[in-house]
Amino acid sequence: MNLTTVKKHGGKIWAWFWMILGILYFFLPLIATFLFSLRAKLNVLSFTAYQHVFNDSNFVYNFSYSVLWGVLTIIVGVLIFVPTAYLIRLKLPQFRIPVEFITMLPFVIPAIVYVFSLVRTFSQPPLLIVDSPVLLVAAYTVLSMPYMYSAIDTGLRAIDVRTLTEAGQSLGAGWGTILFRIILPNIRVAILSGAFLSFAIVIGELILAQYLVKPAFAPYMTYLIQQKAYEPAAMAIISFALTWAAMGVIQFIGRGSGGGEQSQIAGGH
Amino acid sequence: MTVKNIVEQGAPQARPASKKISWTWLGLTPFFIFTFLFLLYPASTLGVRSFQDSRTHVFTLKYVTQLLHDPYLLGAYWISIKISVITAVGGGIFGFLLAYSAIRGGLPRFMRSSLMTFCGVASNFAGVPLAFAFIALLSPSGELTKVLIALGFNPYHHGFTLYTFWGLSIVYMYFQFPLMVLIISPAIDGLRREWVEAAENLGASPAQYWRYVAFPILLPAILGAVVLLFGNSFGAFATAQALTGGQINLVTIVIGSQLRGDILSDPGLGYALALGMVVIMAFAIIARALLQQRTERWLR
Repeated sequence: MNLTTVKKHGGKIWAWFWMILGILYFFLPLIATFLFSLRAKLNVLSFTAYQHVFNDSNFVYNFSYSVLWGVLTIIVGVLIFVPTAYLIRLKLPQFRIPVEFITMLPFVIPAIVYVFSLVRTFSQPPLLIVDSPVLLVAAYTVLSMPYMYSAIDTGLRAIDVRTLTEAGQSLGAGWGTILFRIILPNIRVAILSGAFLSFAIVIGELILAQYLVKPAFAPYMTYLIQQKAYEPAAMAIISFALTWAAMGVIQFIGRGSGGGEQSQIAGGH
Repeated sequence: MTVKNIVEQGAPQARPASKKISWTWLGLTPFFIFTFLFLLYPASTLGVRSFQDSRTHVFTLKYVTQLLHDPYLLGAYWISIKISVITAVGGGIFGFLLAYSAIRGGLPRFMRSSLMTFCGVASNFAGVPLAFAFIALLSPSGELTKVLIALGFNPYHHGFTLYTFWGLSIVYMYFQFPLMVLIISPAIDGLRREWVEAAENLGASPAQYWRYVAFPILLPAILGAVVLLFGNSFGAFATAQALTGGQINLVTIVIGSQLRGDILSDPGLGYALALGMVVIMAFAIIARALLQQRTERWLR
């Protein structure tokens, strides 16, 4: 038996085997959570828990704040990291290594440690901003930085930055116009993929909001787990569905423009 | 007068040649100010506080000494390292097989893109919702437990519990193997099909192809990815906290209780513990960087 036939027959059975195992691992916990969330009424399956969740003003309040933090994090991230990655690619390659090193740092420093160093640093004058939402958004931006930056950088790698810039310059565009009307639209898929990953991080992140005492989805869910049984399950399903919908949007927008899958992979570091 | 001098004195230029001082680096200041203020400076205080008495603020080595001698603290590191190694290696192997099956296994093409989407979601599905999903699945009254009991096998009678080491490992695997799929896929894409054909033409068996061609090429990438997976679970906190309520002594959980101000807690010790984690992670990252260099040489 030669390699090609092995690939065609034996290999394929194993490929299906691992795939099915992966699908089971992936979906079983979700199915269990979903079934559990339907059991709010005795002996019947119902969407009662979901009704409770959506009628719960605290859920709406906390979740809206998480969405707000997520959107602000994305805006701040785009405003800081797009110009940085662009300049490094175009003019300042000598800064590549230090900047990439810094963007990977949040990976090395555990979030629990990071949040305490933040609290310590910013709870004494002159940097007394521990109660300000600014600190929370900045911290979220830092946590999502490895994903956001590498997604943007991958996007920039896929387009011809130099030619686009020179074309813009020779048509009389200023730096602002070049960055936000030429470069940004061209890497929108990469930015979207970084943005959705950041969003998923912000929605799921427990420690920052908990220790900086701000309203957010994950701390509320932790609180609710101690109080109720079925509603947290419904919330887990809802948060999962939202994350998945976001990923679906990335894939959909990325389709055709090529770089979509690639930038998502890069985001997953 | 030499030619050089003539050229230098030359004809008066239309404009004085301006010394080109580049100000472009100023464009990076927002990035550096931001990361210094919200990352580098706070993180550096970590190092300082590990060597500072929490009350008197004088220099001390007592936290580091305590760290290196207290069996409870060393045990916490050991459990964290153990769970990270097990889930990194397990997740690495499973994730690799899955990615290889999707990319080179001859499955329909849509399987690959759906797998990537799944993995993008799952690798970020951590913390409280994840813990809850596994409680619904594998707790004593979980859905799968019920099915298994109906089939005559109660895992809780055979030493399994969700809330201890192995249970937590199973939960961690949920975000570990998707991350592996995402990281390793580009490397698997880099395996050229011609190499299989070339090996086959030279009379290699599948085992020989893997032993002498594919495996040596992929090895650095796999090892590099596993290091990343190690870090991914080493720093995890919320999942374990939500699942076990802090019963398992992971380093992150011990740090959390030291810093939060529980009884008998000492923030200085918490910072020293954190510094120890950073040191371990730094070793892992350096190892990854070295391995990465070797991979990229092959993937050109």
